[in-house]
Amino acid sequence: MDNIQLEQFIKSLDNDLDIKLGKQFPEVTVPASKLYYIARQLREREEALFDFLFCLTGVDYGSELGVTYHLRSTRYGHSVVLKVRTTDRENPEFQSVTNIWKTAEFHEREVFDLLGIKFTGHPDLRRLFLESSFGFPLRKDYSDDVNVVTR
Amino acid sequence: MEEEAKDIINDDQEYVINMGPQHPSTHGVLRLVLSLKGEIVRNVEPHIGYIHRGIEKMCESITYPQIIHLTDRMDYLSAHINNEAVCLNVENALEIEIPERVKVIRTLMSELTRIQSHQLWWASFGMDLGGLTCFFYGLRDREKILDIFEETCGGRMIVSYSCPGGLMYDIHPNFQKRVKEFVKYFRKTLPEYDDLLTGNVIFRERTAGVGKLSLEDAISYGVTGPSGRASGFSCDVRKHEPYSAYDRVSFNEVLYTEGDTYHRYLARIEEMRESMNIIDQLIDNIPEGPYAVKMKPIIRLPEGEYYQSVETARGELGVFIISDGNKNPFRIKFRSPNFTNLSALNLMAKGFKIADLVAIGGSLDLVIPDIDR
Repeated sequence: MDNIQLEQFIKSLDNDLDIKLGKQFPEVTVPASKLYYIARQLREREEALFDFLFCLTGVDYGSELGVTYHLRSTRYGHSVVLKVRTTDRENPEFQSVTNIWKTAEFHEREVFDLLGIKFTGHPDLRRLFLESSFGFPLRKDYSDDVNVVTR
Repeated sequence: MEEEAKDIINDDQEYVINMGPQHPSTHGVLRLVLSLKGEIVRNVEPHIGYIHRGIEKMCESITYPQIIHLTDRMDYLSAHINNEAVCLNVENALEIEIPERVKVIRTLMSELTRIQSHQLWWASFGMDLGGLTCFFYGLRDREKILDIFEETCGGRMIVSYSCPGGLMYDIHPNFQKRVKEFVKYFRKTLPEYDDLLTGNVIFRERTAGVGKLSLEDAISYGVTGPSGRASGFSCDVRKHEPYSAYDRVSFNEVLYTEGDTYHRYLARIEEMRESMNIIDQLIDNIPEGPYAVKMKPIIRLPEGEYYQSVETARGELGVFIISDGNKNPFRIKFRSPNFTNLSALNLMAKGFKIADLVAIGGSLDLVIPDIDR
């Protein structure tokens, strides 16, 4: 499917989604409550078949925290970007996609480790790189007087 | 005391041991916590982060030309290809047209990088399995590529040769001659690799059928590069989304369907041959022209999100930049191939013996600084 067909397909899954045709990939902003449903549909529907999650990025936008999913279909070669955001900085939580794409298991642990975003339904959500007393270094409000030099 | 130790091993219960962080076959500071039953591996749990340097965080406070030098330190065996990934991303974001000469030289350097990386992998893989000769053969040949790098880039491993807009400096006058000499030489010595390992009965017994990864699992776990292609996952970025000069060369994507350790090994050996074919097609056709375009002293990317993937020696490296229009990225993410390949290790090693785990880990060709970043 090309980008316009993809847009129509995603519209047919849920009409309220915000779809932007970016320069590279179509970008779909999904509310956190619908993330799992949309991800599952994109993976399983025969005409979309996004079976390869090739990048999972946690982002701190300042006031919001979010996760970006880059998906590709190995059969059709088309790609799409899913985005989800939350304003809750104290206890950010999204549904895990580990049982759709196994690779998310490591990536979600990384996001949890560096940004403190929790994923419900993750089989083994522990810190990956850092020790438990460490803060969440990829957050914009993270401060470390010793190791981070601001110029 | 002796009796107790005997009991643990002969007991039906599982027991847990640490492999690493300092272990010769983990190739760096990777700690694997193994649950064993006798000698059979029941579960592998990788513990990583021993050399986590926070490269993504560091990049948020430095400029794009400075980031190039940090990417060398991720997968240090694919240093040039990592540089290229960031350069391509910045150039595409700024919509700069790059001279043909740069594209061809970058492709040549990438392929040389791939060959030397596979040579070192072959050398250490042989050593993991107990053949010390491989190590000397592999490093003997790799040295010749490093000498070419040294002459042109100044660095042997950490080359930092690409920069946004082109190359740091032009190629050395000897470059073409020496690369041709090397290809001629390596075509003669590559069959030695086959004589030593590929056809070796002991080697085959230890690798064939060990650590199978099905195509579905390879895609689901995101295992790319030669490891993924050995399972039949057609994931070569050079074929599917050609960058630099890959659209004008013909080469085969090495694909197997078996997905065991032996075929991951074969995939890399074949890739070295394909890389030499690519070099043959380009080495006499380096176009004349400038080796870089003039860039503004301070590079600011327009606001937006940019993704670029390249094929390193280990798989798909993705660089995802979110820019807010400043001279440093708002967020940069490196999708490293080793990180995702490692996640499939548990699945592949379950049910095999510890010695097989060494073979499986070696066939994934893990580089730890790329996992930790």
